[in-house]
Amino acid sequence: MTTEQIDELKHMALRVREHILRMSTAGGCFTGASLSCADLLVYLYCRYLHISPDNLRDPERDYLFLSKGHDVPALYGVFAELGFISRERLARHLSVHDSLYWHPNRNIPGVEFHSGSLGHLLSVAMGVAHDCRMRGHDNRVLVVLGDGELDEGSVWESALVAQAHKLDNLIVVVDRNQFQANMRTEDLVPLEPIQDKFAAFGWNVLRINGHDFEAMHSAFSALPIGQGKPVAVIADTVRGRGVPSIEERADRWFCNFTADEVGMLIGELHGESAADLTSETLIVR
Amino acid sequence: MTYEQLLCNLVESDERYMVVTAENRAAIRNLPPRIGDRFIDVGIAEQTMIGLCAGLALRGRIPVAHALATFLTLRAFEFIRTDVGIARLPVKLVGGVPGFLSEANGPTHQAIEDIALMRGIPHMGVFCPADEEELLQGLPAILESPDPFYIRYNTMKPVVQHSNSFEIGVAERLADGEDVTILTYGFLLREAMEARRILEAEGVTVRVVNMRTLKPVDESAILRAVEETPLVVTLEDHFLTGGLYSIVAEVLLRNQMRGNVMPIALNEQWFTPGLLGDVLRLHGFTGEAIAEATLRRYESLAAHVRSYI
Repeated sequence: MTTEQIDELKHMALRVREHILRMSTAGGCFTGASLSCADLLVYLYCRYLHISPDNLRDPERDYLFLSKGHDVPALYGVFAELGFISRERLARHLSVHDSLYWHPNRNIPGVEFHSGSLGHLLSVAMGVAHDCRMRGHDNRVLVVLGDGELDEGSVWESALVAQAHKLDNLIVVVDRNQFQANMRTEDLVPLEPIQDKFAAFGWNVLRINGHDFEAMHSAFSALPIGQGKPVAVIADTVRGRGVPSIEERADRWFCNFTADEVGMLIGELHGESAADLTSETLIVR
Repeated sequence: MTYEQLLCNLVESDERYMVVTAENRAAIRNLPPRIGDRFIDVGIAEQTMIGLCAGLALRGRIPVAHALATFLTLRAFEFIRTDVGIARLPVKLVGGVPGFLSEANGPTHQAIEDIALMRGIPHMGVFCPADEEELLQGLPAILESPDPFYIRYNTMKPVVQHSNSFEIGVAERLADGEDVTILTYGFLLREAMEARRILEAEGVTVRVVNMRTLKPVDESAILRAVEETPLVVTLEDHFLTGGLYSIVAEVLLRNQMRGNVMPIALNEQWFTPGLLGDVLRLHGFTGEAIAEATLRRYESLAAHVRSYI
């Protein structure tokens, strides 16, 4: 990628983060988890996946399944930037007259399947990957998992079956932001070494910095797909990335800020001084 | 024709069909070499199987998923409800050894809440064939339905002559009578017919209705039974809660009707494991026991009515 291309991704990621912050009020959303995967989703939709508003019904398109569904504001933001949905539509976040609620659903063009219950979409993606292979299509089927989601037994059940079926068109990306809802993963159910776990389950594994577009690009350009094993990419990220008052804060999982605070946080995103936050954060699950 | 042959023909003639199993191959043992990659065995992984079926359905397939009824409907329940149910995908769930058919396996294997669970999912149909003939007769319509379906798999040999037509949501009246109606489904139809034979010898005439699909249910068959016979018996190898007895209660309430309905079901208990005949005898589900209980209830009802005359 050229410097200009990287800058373009960075600018888009910044706009996506602005969208996420604007959705973090008037009811709010899962801000921290959305910010951690924003760069990944920007990279994947802009540079890796063959998915666009024009090919959403093409059986040979690539697929992205967002299994950690609570970070859907990042997806809404990317979809708005890429024209899957209009930017104006984001203003209808949480409206009962639209479908932009706290978890993804198929009324949003580009959302392949609903999620919200963790540990489901790896298996759903396996069905799609199976069918793509049977039909001789060479599309890639990607699943974004949260790190906290790895607590779910169904993830490992599916991981075991995916390697048994040699689904080498299947790619898992773990948004390794170190946090689950209320605390650091390692303080509750330690997950490391994650690569070794996937490798022991028969997967090809890479570990990258999920905020570094060059690192993402070199990893995804040479992804070992089609080599008889499913692929896991562990992407190290920071929960709340880009907004220091939210970063790595256990209590900034679900955020419902005042409109003024959102203004300050967007300023912070652009390098201005830290926001003065008084809102109580609201934890719902 | 067997279930396996029918599936094989379907898969060979229609590229939408896929056969999937969580390592439960009893009914589909010979399919793998015949249908190749249209057969997927995920191993003992019911949740993954259902998610995978949802994915296949997203790609236009009609997966027919096999597992023991209890693990299918219980272990994978949230996957069925969330992935198949919410998306309303045409995934067909085939539950093996449901109800009493789990015989001596013990309570872990007793799917006797399966109907309650499956019918609670919006648009999920429930098909409970009485025997192999009805399974094969109903299967094409069930599989072609655009909705998900739960099939209470049963391949017992038929003891009745079924009607020539099968329609989802239409019950089958196998015998008519004026005193009692037995509403039932699944293999217990055979015991209902035996109970009828005994009761008729006692001078009590019995209508026997084979429900076939419990969802959608044939409401008019239930209402007619209550209107036209003084006693209705619901007979099922299911918990009392959530099965046919509950369905009848819901139908009557919805229609502002009341009737004398006697359930024969498993009330707040799992059944004692054993071979089928022994289980039926122990728990009072043989034709003889059903006839006896029905006669007792019918006579007390008649005595009650006489006391008012």
